[in-house]
Amino acid sequence: MGRYLSQRLFQGIVVVVGVTVLVFVVTRLIGDPVNFILPLSASEEQRAELRQSLGFDRPIISQFVTFVGDALHLDFGNSTYFRNEDALDVVLRFLPKTLQLVVAGMTIALIASIPLGIIAALRPGKLLDKCVVTLSLIGLAAPQFFIGEVILLLTSVKFHLVDFGDGPWTHLIFPAITLALPAIGRLTMVVRSAMIDELNSQYVRAAKAKGVRRRRIVGVHAMRNSAIPFVTLFGWEVIRALAGFTLVVEAVFNWPGLGSLAILAIKERDFFLIQAIVFVVAIMVVFVNIAIDITYKLIDPRVKLA
Amino acid sequence: MTDLHPSSRTDEYGARQQEVDEAIFEEEMLEGRPYEMQAAGKGLFAELRADRPGLLSAVFLAIVLIAAVFAPLLAPYGPVEGNPSTSNIPPVWDGGTWSHVLGTDMQGYDVLSRLMYGARTTLLVAFAVVFVAGLFGIILGMIAGYKGGRTDRYLMRWVDVQVAFPGLLIALIMIAVLGPSLWSLIFVLAFNGWMVYARMTRGVVLSAKERPYVEAAEVVGCKPRRVMFLHILPNLTSSLVTLAVLEFARIILAEATLSFLGLGLQYPDVSLGVMANSGRDAFFSLPRLAIIPGVAITLIVLAVNFLASWLRVVTDPQEREKRHAAGVRSSTAAAASQAAS
Repeated sequence: MGRYLSQRLFQGIVVVVGVTVLVFVVTRLIGDPVNFILPLSASEEQRAELRQSLGFDRPIISQFVTFVGDALHLDFGNSTYFRNEDALDVVLRFLPKTLQLVVAGMTIALIASIPLGIIAALRPGKLLDKCVVTLSLIGLAAPQFFIGEVILLLTSVKFHLVDFGDGPWTHLIFPAITLALPAIGRLTMVVRSAMIDELNSQYVRAAKAKGVRRRRIVGVHAMRNSAIPFVTLFGWEVIRALAGFTLVVEAVFNWPGLGSLAILAIKERDFFLIQAIVFVVAIMVVFVNIAIDITYKLIDPRVKLA
Repeated sequence: MTDLHPSSRTDEYGARQQEVDEAIFEEEMLEGRPYEMQAAGKGLFAELRADRPGLLSAVFLAIVLIAAVFAPLLAPYGPVEGNPSTSNIPPVWDGGTWSHVLGTDMQGYDVLSRLMYGARTTLLVAFAVVFVAGLFGIILGMIAGYKGGRTDRYLMRWVDVQVAFPGLLIALIMIAVLGPSLWSLIFVLAFNGWMVYARMTRGVVLSAKERPYVEAAEVVGCKPRRVMFLHILPNLTSSLVTLAVLEFARIILAEATLSFLGLGLQYPDVSLGVMANSGRDAFFSLPRLAIIPGVAITLIVLAVNFLASWLRVVTDPQEREKRHAAGVRSSTAAAASQAAS
């Protein structure tokens, strides 16, 4: 286990490095970065001065070396949009809001999809199953922003349900639901299909013949074996949410988290901020990946981590 | 005198003779074409008809495809044909006229026409991305699987690393740098999406490599490239087609999301995502401008997903048997869960 862990950690480091380097290269490609920082009316001397102070006039290799050196100190430069505040600090300021959203959303997804999947699996082909399947399919086919818009419309316009201003939790719930819906769609389908397979298998029939109560069969035996595909997908959904889809949900609901920050940074060409964001996101993704693998091992002792 | 006409005999020998005659008759009719191929041709449509969601989806997608491809001929107006005087006309069910069935947007452009042209662009992007990403991924996967050893390890390491990249974020950054255009969109989406083809191809190649016919081909002296493309590749077609169709759906959603965030194509160029984005501006007063493209995207993706799961059931004999065993009437819905995961 220890050896596996260190191997995965190493791979994780490679990923983080790879992503950061990629972003570095890509952001340097666009010609003169100074043009984006200074207003168009700036004089040539001001540009030269800025260029020199930020190090953009040095050859790429030396820039890269400096970048790596700074990165190891967790210094990603100063954000140009946020008035020279340290980029990493800015990112860490916006991070909690996104974490709130992702945790809430994924919890909802977890809590909703398991019972839904099980209910659907218990009577496959009947009306309840068909309803669940239809809703799930729509949930995973609809673009996330569309779901968000519909929810936004329904809650604020039609029903005036929630005032998006006050209360710490009230305005978390609908963005969280929006984030959760496609995940619920996919997860429910997986739970359902895994449960159908399990419920048709030999050992379940044996248990039923023995007279074990249905609730115990479903809850204990079948669930354990359905866990692996579910965990895989769940982990993947968390990563999807973290790495990307919070962007959309935050854009629709004006949620001030990392996603909104990323969109802002990209629109404003704030490279240092972009680099810091990418770094943090990459680390989170790697972390979640490793956590999933460890969970595998905990759930199913047969799994050999290779 | 024994009666030589088999049909007049009622005993077992006669029946057997009739079957043989029919078989010979069919054989001559089909003139030596492999039996599997005709069965495939006949059977495919029969299978499609048998499966309701699959059939509906196929029909729907055919309509969409025709509307998209022939948009310049079929659309009632051009995509940017209009002016402020015709703006904000409501759709037919809300008091509008039949000349603008789905109404017009804030610049006065007809929504239905934009929908058709938009579908055209979106589908074009999706096809292009699937083609580019698929080509790259399949070739890489075949090389990795066939060569094995160090090549395999390094290539898969690359795949693993790139799979762990935060996709949407990288896409956004690259588009921001490259500038939002059709080509940068295709490039970025392909860049993010080739890995799944590589992994799948490698898996199939690894298992196909051990088969006797591959060994025979190598012994006879076929060059590796020939072995790969002529002998191993046909094994892939069924899983590849299903995968490609699923990726197609995913790309449509990705393009919509990118355009929605303002980083895909730009107004007044039109794609389904751009329409959704421009619908944001008057969202609370004119929600239909955002809802209509959203519904369109959802329906298309839904149909593609159904088609993909039908394909999966049809091309995989194991899945087909599962359908009968589990007693679930709609196999596509059951298989869609696998497909979606």
